Amino acid sequence: MKAGLKEKVVVGMSGGVDSSVAALLLKQQGYDVTGIMLRLWTEPGKECENSCCTPEAMTAARRVASMLEIPFYVIDARDLFRKEIVEFFFDGYRSGITPNPCVRCNQVIRWGFFLQETQNLGASYLATGHYARLEQGRDGRIILKKGLDEGKDQSYVLSGLTQEQLRATILPIGDLEKRVVRDIARNFNLPTAEKKDSQDLCFLAGDDYRHFLRRMVPEILEPGPIVDVNGKKLGEHTGLPEYTIGQRKGLGAIQEPYYVLRKEIETNSLVIGKKEELGSDTFFIETMNWISDISTSFPEKAEVKIRYKAPAVPASISLRGNGAICVKFDNKIRDITPGQQAVLYDGDVCLGGGIISQVAYK
Amino acid sequence: MTNSVYFDYAATTPVSPDVLKVMIPYFSEIFGNPSSIHQWGQSAEAVLEKARSRCGKVLNIPSENVIFTSGGTESDNFAMRGCAFSRRKLYGADEIVISPVEHDAVSKTAIQLRDEFGFVLKILPVDQFGMVDPDTVRNLLTKKTAIVSVIYGNNEIGTINPIAEIGRICQEQNIPFHSDAVQAAAHLPMDMVRDHLNLISIGAHKMYGPKGVGLLGLNSISDLLPVQTGGGQENHKRAGTQNIPLIIGLAEAFYLAQNNIEERNARFSYLRDRLICKILHEISGSQLTGHPTRRLPNHASFVFDGIDGNRLLMYLDARGFACSSGSACKVGSPSPSGVLLALGIQPELALGSLRITLGDKSTEMQVDALVQALAESIQRMRK
Ligand SMILES: Cc1ncc(COP(=O)(O)O)c(C=O)c1O
Repeated sequence: MKAGLKEKVVVGMSGGVDSSVAALLLKQQGYDVTGIMLRLWTEPGKECENSCCTPEAMTAARRVASMLEIPFYVIDARDLFRKEIVEFFFDGYRSGITPNPCVRCNQVIRWGFFLQETQNLGASYLATGHYARLEQGRDGRIILKKGLDEGKDQSYVLSGLTQEQLRATILPIGDLEKRVVRDIARNFNLPTAEKKDSQDLCFLAGDDYRHFLRRMVPEILEPGPIVDVNGKKLGEHTGLPEYTIGQRKGLGAIQEPYYVLRKEIETNSLVIGKKEELGSDTFFIETMNWISDISTSFPEKAEVKIRYKAPAVPASISLRGNGAICVKFDNKIRDITPGQQAVLYDGDVCLGGGIISQVAYK
Repeated sequence: MTNSVYFDYAATTPVSPDVLKVMIPYFSEIFGNPSSIHQWGQSAEAVLEKARSRCGKVLNIPSENVIFTSGGTESDNFAMRGCAFSRRKLYGADEIVISPVEHDAVSKTAIQLRDEFGFVLKILPVDQFGMVDPDTVRNLLTKKTAIVSVIYGNNEIGTINPIAEIGRICQEQNIPFHSDAVQAAAHLPMDMVRDHLNLISIGAHKMYGPKGVGLLGLNSISDLLPVQTGGGQENHKRAGTQNIPLIIGLAEAFYLAQNNIEERNARFSYLRDRLICKILHEISGSQLTGHPTRRLPNHASFVFDGIDGNRLLMYLDARGFACSSGSACKVGSPSPSGVLLALGIQPELALGSLRITLGDKSTEMQVDALVQALAESIQRMRK
């Protein structure tokens, strides 16, 4: 840092309370803060319902920026988002998996395009309002930890980031509880203080993803057979993307308590079965993004989250060829879903994450 | 903000200290309502009429033909609507002729007149520089033409239109001709209204006067339906108690702007041409928009290949330079400017537009620094 010059930070502002307080705290810490909102893609006609870049959210972010006396801009990332994230979402369902667009968006939009953009603007750091913590280890590596407010922890969606990306990141509210964040916002009369948490995928604009797929890519919703584990046909499904693994309701005329076990894309069939047949204790991650250093000690044991809101469950980890890993739980878990991000923890420390590529069924 | 260099004088200018000084007494000291009978009112009326007469002199029209408004937008609205309605009522004239490079204040008003009030809207052709050829005006005029409106100095591309020639053609057929001179008033002589124009729109804040005040100048007071009704102010054409301090500011700013025009323009054109030369030379894929020479002396505008104009503005702002773009959009959904499309520029390219406008504080050093920042920004964006 040059003497007398404050370090420049760009805060990704969504018009919500978390990023508003993130900007406020950085300003108080003496950084040279700029707020930027990314304009992301929304289905034409639904722009007003998107959870983060509605005109309302934009006005709110702009007002916060003016209260903090920081410059504020909006960057158009609609085309890029559509190409990189929405297509990825469609491709995932097309190939029979359940994609996680948020993890991907953080990798290629926020900490890809956006991070590059902030560096072009001369900023040393990108800051966001995620509930997660960053620390520097003795070996110089950046350690990603869960947010102090466990209920709000968002390290899951950051688990795809590289050391280089994390090194350029500040997470100002990671060591605060949500309650405290709101209190800070109230104390400063930020207009975003009472804003509800955003939920679901931003580009769905509050809609059910099934309806969205029906409108946008009806061709990937191809009806097919519902079968049991022996391949016996039990009914018809309306398109594999409409079902989630572990789901019990909505299996048509089938009366007994049946559950979705898995999807077989080659035959476009939905495999269902009894509760005893449900679940698996083993899955694979083909491409693992390690945030911690595994060269000195490989984590044989870890707690693993198989989806954003799932609990972290202890498992043994083993290395396969080509850097793939195998995760084995002590007991079966009912809804391990290919396409979702699996994230490995050692206590508070996020070791890394990767997309579930395959689930082993006996 | 304090160490940022302002290059957006076409958006607005600071109120000059001289202008501010003459305005101050009229907020709290001499505050009367010019319509009042008593002496408070009389003093207010006196300064109001003095301001009117100063503006009339600059425009070379009788002072009672000056109608004060709330700014350029209102003047444009008033001219278009007032003239269209009045001429339709009097003569059944229901056609409106405008150029495709008008400010929204004119074009959106014309579109509303077409869509909501049944007028026929005819759009003049322009050349690649956004200039209207007077002969094409003749082709579009009919007995039913209610008003012709052509912008004088273009806010987006700087091009100056041949207003006198167009005026002469309209005059031959007795058709009212309006020009939006909001940008031109700061730089071009305005004393030709009586001869070539029937209506002219002026706003104060583009010429170092206050925001929220302007005027509509007429060469004759008839044929104009009041758009705002109420008391009998402004010759019964525009009701509402006049905003005396702002009007004083307008008159002073207008007078100052029209003084020493040539000297100031020589300085501006030198800086402008330096800017244009450097940018076209040093930045690949750059193209000047608007006319190379017949343009406002403080105005330079460009399009850049493969650049998002909005992001470019942000890059420049971060480097301490405040500019503008034809597709500027604060909510991140820019669309190409209609003006640039009318010049035949492809939509992709039009999204990469930049407008740089100079002012009395601009220096050669600032211009050079801007070019350097611009070159760097564009290089980064193209990576
Ligand atoms: C050519 C032109 N006409 C009209 C206007 C509107 O003027 P005002 O801001 O005074 O309403 C502007 C300024 O934005 C302009 O440049």
